[in-house]
Amino acid sequence: MINLTTKSIAILLILLISTGISLALEKSITIGMQLEPPNLNPTAGAAAAIDEVVYANVFEGLTRFKPDGSITSALAESWNISSDGLTYTFYLRSNVEFHDGTKMTASDVKFSLDRAISEDSTNAQKALFTDIASVTVVDKQTVKILLKTSNGGFITSLAWGDAVVVSEKTISQAETAPVGTGPFKFSKWIKGDRVELVRNSKYWGEAIYLDKATFKFISDPTAAFAAVMAGDIDAFPVFPAPENLSQFAADPRFKVIVGSTEGETILSTNNKRPPFDKLEMRKALAHAINREEIINGAMFGFGTPIGTHFAPHNPDYLDLTANSNYDPELSRKLIKESGYDRNTVITLKLPPPSYARRGGEIVASQLRKVGLNIEISNLEWAQWLEQVFKGKDYNLTIVSHTEPSDINIYARPNYYFQYDSAMFQHLIKELSGTTDPKMRSTIIQKAQVMISENYVNGYLFQLAKTGVANKKIKGLWENSPTQANDLTHVMWSE
Amino acid sequence: MLNYVKARILSLATSLLLSSMIIFILLEAVPGDAASFMLGINATEATINALREELGLEKNIVIRYLDWTTGMMSGNFGVSYTYRVPVQELILERLQVSLPLTIYSIFLSVLIAFPAGILAAQFYGKKTDYSIMALSQVGISIPNFWFAIILVLIFSINLRWFSAGGFSGWDSGLGSGLKSLTLPAISLALPQASILSRVIRASLLNTLKEDYIRTARAKGLTLRQAIQNHALRNALIPILTILGLQFSFLLAGAIIIENVFFLPGLGRLIFQGIMQRDLIVVESVIMLLVFSVIIINFLIDIMYLIIDPRLRR
Repeated sequence: MINLTTKSIAILLILLISTGISLALEKSITIGMQLEPPNLNPTAGAAAAIDEVVYANVFEGLTRFKPDGSITSALAESWNISSDGLTYTFYLRSNVEFHDGTKMTASDVKFSLDRAISEDSTNAQKALFTDIASVTVVDKQTVKILLKTSNGGFITSLAWGDAVVVSEKTISQAETAPVGTGPFKFSKWIKGDRVELVRNSKYWGEAIYLDKATFKFISDPTAAFAAVMAGDIDAFPVFPAPENLSQFAADPRFKVIVGSTEGETILSTNNKRPPFDKLEMRKALAHAINREEIINGAMFGFGTPIGTHFAPHNPDYLDLTANSNYDPELSRKLIKESGYDRNTVITLKLPPPSYARRGGEIVASQLRKVGLNIEISNLEWAQWLEQVFKGKDYNLTIVSHTEPSDINIYARPNYYFQYDSAMFQHLIKELSGTTDPKMRSTIIQKAQVMISENYVNGYLFQLAKTGVANKKIKGLWENSPTQANDLTHVMWSE
Repeated sequence: MLNYVKARILSLATSLLLSSMIIFILLEAVPGDAASFMLGINATEATINALREELGLEKNIVIRYLDWTTGMMSGNFGVSYTYRVPVQELILERLQVSLPLTIYSIFLSVLIAFPAGILAAQFYGKKTDYSIMALSQVGISIPNFWFAIILVLIFSINLRWFSAGGFSGWDSGLGSGLKSLTLPAISLALPQASILSRVIRASLLNTLKEDYIRTARAKGLTLRQAIQNHALRNALIPILTILGLQFSFLLAGAIIIENVFFLPGLGRLIFQGIMQRDLIVVESVIMLLVFSVIIINFLIDIMYLIIDPRLRR
């Protein structure tokens, strides 16, 4: 009898230990994110959270972003561009399979791109692909894309999450159970809580280290802090509360990761509504702003001052902050000259992110100091889109423009800045027609100077990517050339 | 009695119809558009319109209302604009968290409140009574989200007994599911238990003044026996009313606690739906809550009849 009990206890112990070991051997990671993706189809929504889960993990395009922002091949092994810049021939990798076991071929590429440019396309970045005239399947492994006009940024456009290759068979389920070609397969989604991915053992590329990745969604900054401290979360690449970072830095379990993003945080200005329809008033605005104070006060010191709409880590960036140095005296003088009436209320409409809400308070107090009558109103995103973005019913707002190399938005006359300059529009047209890298950077720099000297918007700072991770994790992206959590090279050290 | 039930059912149906109209009209008037929210600030007007078309937002408001209400009667709540899955699926998923959480915290609350309330009434005016009343005062005054954060600080960050939040899901076992709901349930139960214990005490004290209690005591019953055998049942009506209110409140009113513990419950579904202008989800969840409040009140009314025979006349 006693023997039997000891035996069963021993068996139980062995079972317990072995399950313990198998748990320890599973190479998994839990990533924290503030926002939950509304769905998991990167070709049908602008939410950054979609790409933050699936980009490079589940879905891949012909090309892709590398962590430093440069472009490299992905599903296309190589490509040729005709000398007139109108014909792109892509040679696909031959050993690529979708997660459902079907082979990825040229017709899938054609299907994906045709879908993005079609009449009823709901691709959020459809504008990137409007230059495509036609997509032809040459053979199983070759695709030819004809452009209407030459487009120097086309290879970059194809690296976006919105340009990933999907399969016709499974696209209808991509919102809830995506099927891609990436190193991870979708496993399950507990809505409101987490998405789980598992390793794709048939991945065409270099084998990955992780067996499993979990994305957990925690919107409340305090809860996020608690979850990291309690060890529930291994990494929180974009941590919602910069004020907690020093506490993480002091804890030997964690490392704080600070990198750059493509987010130009700007004081967007309605260029057609008085008083900022006048250049001198916009100039006054620019000189009234003390960027250091905003970065320290609102962002706890994280962020790089910018003087134009371009990312400082980009080789083509020009430091134009001197055009709008902090000079309240000059600002007061310009305001006086322009005949601004102090009773004219200037609306500053702020969306929810803390850079806007906190930064907005500081900006408002700086502008009040030079004599502007600022009225703040806080909006949620849906209201902001309706009133500010669509309705252009605002004077000033603060937004971070997170799309990479998006200076071309200044060429849209009806965009919410209401900046309508024929010269600038001409410049962007010239840019998209240029493929020579040297020429391109000259034009890009010209464009930066033009919007800076026209004081289209107040240029505040480049948003930093501030995150926290367990010290033993290696291979997370430091910078954010596109909003993604690429886990292909992530591993636990030891 | 039958007439009473009939009248209750009629008023139930009218309330449902009226509330569906009010909910729909109010929410349709909210500024903001689901399609532009989803497509962000780089999308063109044409793309947004294509999506609106796809989501059925271009249809006439009356038609959409009729689609929605007739759909609901057959259990079809429509398709979520942002998640792109049937709304009832979303609600069922969330109910797996919200319903157990509500029952768990009501259970804890009853477990604490009944002994506390009875003891306080039994020792009315004595030290026990004073300390229970003082404690319940504290329980009501402490904001539950603050209490929740303190619980996380102690039991998750320092002791590491519980995870700081999240829901493991029922498929990983009843135990682990209940474990992830324990801290939230405690933080929700504390104020509820405090209120409930005060109601129980007051209601018992009222009943104890009745003649039949004096008779019972005269027969030789101790105060405790008199409470258990006679007073408690008669004191139940106000207690049940409060419990019914608490139940419907907890089902959707746990938004803040759900946020502190990042639980995927109904409260957060509504909140997310509002932020993303996923109105069909918001409308359906609110409708469901209205329905549950009405049903719970109806059941409580019926229970009055069972508990108190005097009402049956």
